[in-house]
Amino acid sequence: MTKALISVTGLDSTGIIARVATKLSEMNINILDITQTILGGYFTMMMVVDLDGAHLRFDEIDQELQPVRDELKMTIHIQRMDIFDAMHRI
Amino acid sequence: MIETGEILQTMRMIQEENFDIRTITLGINLLDCSDENLQRCAERVYDKICRTAANLVHTGQEIEIEFGIPIVNKRISVTPVSMIAQGDPVPIARALDRAAKEVGVNFLGGYSALMHKGATKADERLLASIPEVLSETQFLCSSVNVASTRAGINMNAVREMGQIIKKTAELTADSDGLGCAKLVVFANAVEDNPFMAGAFCGAGEPECAINVGVSGPGVVKVALESVRGEPFDVVAETIKRTAFKITRVGQLVAKEASKRMNIPFGIVDLSLAPTPARGDSVAHILTEMGLEYAGAPGTTAALALLNDAVKKGGIMASNHVGGLSGAFIPVSEDIGMIEAAAAGALSLEKLEAMTCVCSVGLDMIAVPGDTSAETISGIIADEAAIGMINNKTTAVRIIPTVGKKAGDTVEFGGLLGHAPVMPVNEFGNKEFIARGGRIPAPIHSMRN
Repeated sequence: MTKALISVTGLDSTGIIARVATKLSEMNINILDITQTILGGYFTMMMVVDLDGAHLRFDEIDQELQPVRDELKMTIHIQRMDIFDAMHRI
Repeated sequence: MIETGEILQTMRMIQEENFDIRTITLGINLLDCSDENLQRCAERVYDKICRTAANLVHTGQEIEIEFGIPIVNKRISVTPVSMIAQGDPVPIARALDRAAKEVGVNFLGGYSALMHKGATKADERLLASIPEVLSETQFLCSSVNVASTRAGINMNAVREMGQIIKKTAELTADSDGLGCAKLVVFANAVEDNPFMAGAFCGAGEPECAINVGVSGPGVVKVALESVRGEPFDVVAETIKRTAFKITRVGQLVAKEASKRMNIPFGIVDLSLAPTPARGDSVAHILTEMGLEYAGAPGTTAALALLNDAVKKGGIMASNHVGGLSGAFIPVSEDIGMIEAAAAGALSLEKLEAMTCVCSVGLDMIAVPGDTSAETISGIIADEAAIGMINNKTTAVRIIPTVGKKAGDTVEFGGLLGHAPVMPVNEFGNKEFIARGGRIPAPIHSMRN
């Protein structure tokens, strides 16, 4: 399974999770785990997703997220989960 | 499952603390390109590099996007050209430069000669061509190994390199002697070094290999901010933990590049390589330990601790460690070193002491343009002696900047940075350098 982490940060507003999740669903990307919190009006969400079902390449997925970034005015990063595993797990 | 705090730490390291992979360097063996017909040799070299490295830059970019980690440089190291050039090496130099441009790498290392025991005819031809080649090529880097613990110091080569560095500076005077920034004189050069300007693909290397150099002095500096005032045991432990994390990412990137390019993984070089950017300085790790500037009394001890802790932390994170592995202390490429030199805290002699305990040597140091070839040779000989006796790699990358004197500033641009021109000890050594010959290998080289 190719797992990736999607991090979404920025000012809180209504419908952030819905908008991101809808986009992922359109790309056939399955959400495995979500952690979300709000600190001082600042929205932080970490999503672990499975890319195996996606019909797009990694860079294309990243590009597809651009309209969501623009619309929500949020910072959205997607990166392979391996980098976190490598750094924090032996 | 990875915790949110760990994810945020990784992201902070990359986005705020300048953690990056400094280079993916593809080592390519060119021994099979050698040919009596120089034109044919040059064509073979060009074709082999373009074929082998066709996907290097693209693969690096793919990994950057997918893993979210910047890979600053994609580079190539090749067999020392003196080993394949059966005649004038300049056509090969031009072919290498064209190939580097074609595949999109930012440097290609290996315009090199290994002459720690003596010179072949090819070594002599290559040495003579270095000033011209470095002044007319864009991507080529050159290195010459003049000493080893096993062979001693080739003082003929040391003498000659003083003159070659001077000539290279003169031919590239319009760019403040930039040619000299692409020329390293080594003792105990390593065969799998991914860092420029000293990278080459040694004779013991496989057909090709992926070697990766990590970086991240900013990450170490920030980690040490959390243990201010604590004893050195805690400092060392903090550096080790950080180095482990950094190196694990280097290993991941190296393995991934190796898999995607179907080229064997060689080594990860456990290095702290600075850039002139603020927050990316090795010198600032030393100041974080409690020194006013790099160069203050205590600096050599601080650097020794740093260098050792980086290795101890990194060694378990990678299954093959190699290259130079340690902290780099280039003057012009490190904002903290530049500040220290400008403040008068850092002298050439202190830098020499520091090179006894870190991974390389006198690196990216601008000296007055009227510094004599003999003085430069003397500096090389001293540095080579440190390497030879201590069984370690040392190097000299020194830039006599034409028309400039101590206190002036030189600007190399980009990763090479800028530097104040440092004064040199001007007492004479002409008769010492004129002797030539070979300083014998030290007694502890006889290990068999």
